[in-house]
Amino acid sequence: MNASVFFQQLINGMSLGSLYALLAIGYTMVYGILRFINFAHSDIFMVGAYFAFFSIVIFRIPWPIAAILSIGLTALVGMAIDRVAYRPVRDAPRISALITAVGVSSFLENLGLVTVGARPKAFESPSFMSKLFHIGDAAITGVAIWVPVITLGFLIVMMYIVYKTKVGMAMRAVSTDIDATRLMGVDVDKVISYTFALGSALAAVGGILWACKYPKISPLMGVYPGWKAFTAAVVGGIGSIPGAMIGGFIIGLIEVMTVAISPGLSGYRDGVIFLVLVIFLLLRPTGILGETLKEKV
Amino acid sequence: MSDKSRKTFLMIIFLCVLFILVWVSDKFLDEYTMRVIRTGLIYIIAAISYNLINGIAGQFSLGPNGFMALGGYMVALLMLPLEQKKFVWFLKPLIWPFNSFSFTKAFFPLAIFFGGMAGALGALVVGFPTLRLRGDYLAIATFGFSQIIIVLANNLISVTNGALGIKGVPEYANIYWCLAWAIITVLFTTNLANSSYGRAMKSIRDDEIAAESMGISIFKHKLLAFVVSGFFAGVSGGLMTSLITTISPSLFSFTMTFNLLIIIVLGGLGSITGSVITAFAFAILSELLRFVESPINLGPIYIPGIAGMRMLVFSFLLVVLMIFYRRGIFGEKELSWDWVLSRFGSKNHQGVKVCPGKTEHF
Amino acid sequence: MSWKNGAFLALDKVSLNFGGLLAVSDFDFILRQGELVGLIGPNGAGKTTVFNIITGQYEPVRGRVFFKGQDITGWRPDRVTCAGIARTFQNMRLFGGLTVLDNVLVSRHSKLKSSVLAAAFNFPGYIKEEREAKIKAMGLLDRLGLADLAHMRAGNLPYGQQRRVEIARALAADPKVLLLDEPAAGMNPEETIRLMEFISGVRNEFGLTIFLIEHDMKLVMGICERIHVIDYGISIAEGTPKEIQDDPKVISAYLGEEACDYS
Ligand SMILES: Nc1ncnc2c1ncn2[C@@H]1O[C@H](COP(=O)(O)OP(=O)(O)O)[C@@H](O)[C@H]1O
Ligand SMILES: [Mg+2]
Repeated sequence: MNASVFFQQLINGMSLGSLYALLAIGYTMVYGILRFINFAHSDIFMVGAYFAFFSIVIFRIPWPIAAILSIGLTALVGMAIDRVAYRPVRDAPRISALITAVGVSSFLENLGLVTVGARPKAFESPSFMSKLFHIGDAAITGVAIWVPVITLGFLIVMMYIVYKTKVGMAMRAVSTDIDATRLMGVDVDKVISYTFALGSALAAVGGILWACKYPKISPLMGVYPGWKAFTAAVVGGIGSIPGAMIGGFIIGLIEVMTVAISPGLSGYRDGVIFLVLVIFLLLRPTGILGETLKEKV
Repeated sequence: MSDKSRKTFLMIIFLCVLFILVWVSDKFLDEYTMRVIRTGLIYIIAAISYNLINGIAGQFSLGPNGFMALGGYMVALLMLPLEQKKFVWFLKPLIWPFNSFSFTKAFFPLAIFFGGMAGALGALVVGFPTLRLRGDYLAIATFGFSQIIIVLANNLISVTNGALGIKGVPEYANIYWCLAWAIITVLFTTNLANSSYGRAMKSIRDDEIAAESMGISIFKHKLLAFVVSGFFAGVSGGLMTSLITTISPSLFSFTMTFNLLIIIVLGGLGSITGSVITAFAFAILSELLRFVESPINLGPIYIPGIAGMRMLVFSFLLVVLMIFYRRGIFGEKELSWDWVLSRFGSKNHQGVKVCPGKTEHF
Repeated sequence: MSWKNGAFLALDKVSLNFGGLLAVSDFDFILRQGELVGLIGPNGAGKTTVFNIITGQYEPVRGRVFFKGQDITGWRPDRVTCAGIARTFQNMRLFGGLTVLDNVLVSRHSKLKSSVLAAAFNFPGYIKEEREAKIKAMGLLDRLGLADLAHMRAGNLPYGQQRRVEIARALAADPKVLLLDEPAAGMNPEETIRLMEFISGVRNEFGLTIFLIEHDMKLVMGICERIHVIDYGISIAEGTPKEIQDDPKVISAYLGEEACDYS
């Protein structure tokens, strides 16, 4: 592998990684607050892509408006799922909440299959995404550059919300100690609702960008990205937002580099990520930035 | 007659009746119905194995389809006749030792046992790194593991023949073998669950911290539940492979796990009786529900089949169950001879003698 | 460490923090065989955390724990229990889905010699062990006045009875040292007096060494030979009940708490 190919793959890895990061944040935020894996998050990502598909390809709404509309609608879907499915099982044993999440995930996937069909749909990405860039010897597609740039923009907005606004402070308080926060008079359910909205909005951004990068969308498109993003959240340290970002980039780079270094392994690209997960669980279960939580006895 | 021998007696009678019933139905029912019954029995094995880890030990696994696949491939590799093996692996030769021998029909139960061992070994490998951790990592790790099995099945052509799968596995999983393995699974798991080991597993489910403080080795017992569960998952995968005579990576996809999840939740997490009944009902129901996915042609009206409709209904059912009917049909209750005896006949029946008398309350 | 000679259970300058909060700091403590010692202190003083360090729930960041001369720091809780230290929990942790009898039997499991296969196939050796465990458990339940409830689901019992099941469950582990975390919490005065008698009774009967956290001063002063006072994770006083009662530091620690209550 020469330098320019390496550079190209580096950009590709960052690009893929930034999508995982967007998705990983939703997992990590919900886990941080509710200590539960929102299996449906990967399907929210798919829902976001379909909203964009319908508004752009079917209803011919201009790109920027369509994107904002889809992000908003996906945020509402996320909130609705929390309200309808997760809130009733909040105080049930943890396994009930997990089973519910698996059920919601499967529901969304099959709702997709029933309504839009299993056949992948062609997505129209905006023209600036398909322009080629030449940097030295390397030719890089616009998508590979724009995806991380747009992602970065959204991450900054998200960081601002979480670390600088009152809602964000409430989110962090709830994730540190949900009972104490409730005692201080914070409406915890509302904060959780906002968390789902924010996580789902980011998932929608991820879904739309994913559709630009791989312009065939299908109801099952979220399964593998979702699973890898969760691995990214674990690698970064579950519960930690900066950790999710770092984890996302690491997973993206590992995946791209595995295939780049040894094309024979391309059939195993998903397997490699599993290996990373197991290695982390064995050697550093708290991830890169996570801290050990001591359960109160 | 003592209580214990009475129960043994009832058990023998019950098994005899069951056997006669099966023999009669094998004689008089058509091939299609018998297939549904055999599928139901295999689902029973898979569901009980899954309930052991989820309902009794309380550890949320999403990997039974992976363990079933391991059992399925093992049985396919052992049972496929040698000439058929040459025919199937035309892209790449089959690896040693499977390319040099095949089991004859008489060794079918042994092949199923090896299928179980493959599942158990898989469970050991996945459980070892993940069961040490508290929390929900198990769910995601087992999910990942079952995905890996599918990735490997697609890529390890010299073992699995890749996406084309393995065709021509002899159909030795007749009703008697299915029934025998189902009975073994029910009896073994029930006994295990009611034993001191089962109590330890349930204590972990109810409160891990307290269990550990009462001297229970959390890791050891989770791993135990996981490996036993993997064994029976492998058995059911092996039987299923023999029943439908082919195996390919798509046979044991995540949908299988999802179906099992519905079964054990509906039957009641932790209830073996519940799993038996709902697993059997599920096999019948999903045959009946097949029509929603196939096109319906009513003369002038033609309704095209809707792919995914069945799963959509099941997913909806699962969520509704979790919200409104979390305990399922049986809760954690079991149908036992104790219950039957106390209901019909023998008075003053008690499992353990309670000694009243010098009870000083403070 | 000559001062620790003769100690059955000893904590040597143990410290633990949760984030920035120093929950236990340089805590020194010894328990001699057969003693009944109380640990008191205001809410949040770190009493339960001391128990959690002894039983291995938390590993101290500094300091060591010794039991019968052996360093048990960092042992997992199940190993500590098998070594002979059993406990109850302040906010009870019964196995809610199991019967009262099964709750107690769980503590016997680590003594079981039969293998899984022997248990699953009901081998005679296992049946015998199981029967003996049941007899032992029923005996304990009887001793605590719970025999009639043996087949009730533990989660359905009223508070006071759950506390007693917790004690029975801890005793079933055959401990040498029993750690009781606020055993009288939620009991009425009459029940508390019975509990006091019971604690002294089992101690003599089983030759136990007991370390007990309690808010009820009457109980602590009534049965403990020695009392240890902790505040903000620091050991502030130690002595006989009489000495503790008159100690100005203890009085101010408790007055401080009362002042907080009224503010
Ligand atoms: N797992 C934990 N995580 C964070 N803080 C804890 C944890 N356990 C205890 N604490 C804190 O440590 C302090 C001591 O608690 P504890 O030992 O339970 O007090 P006590 O039993 O004396 O009432 C309290 O401020 C409590 O909030
Ligand atoms: Mg306390």
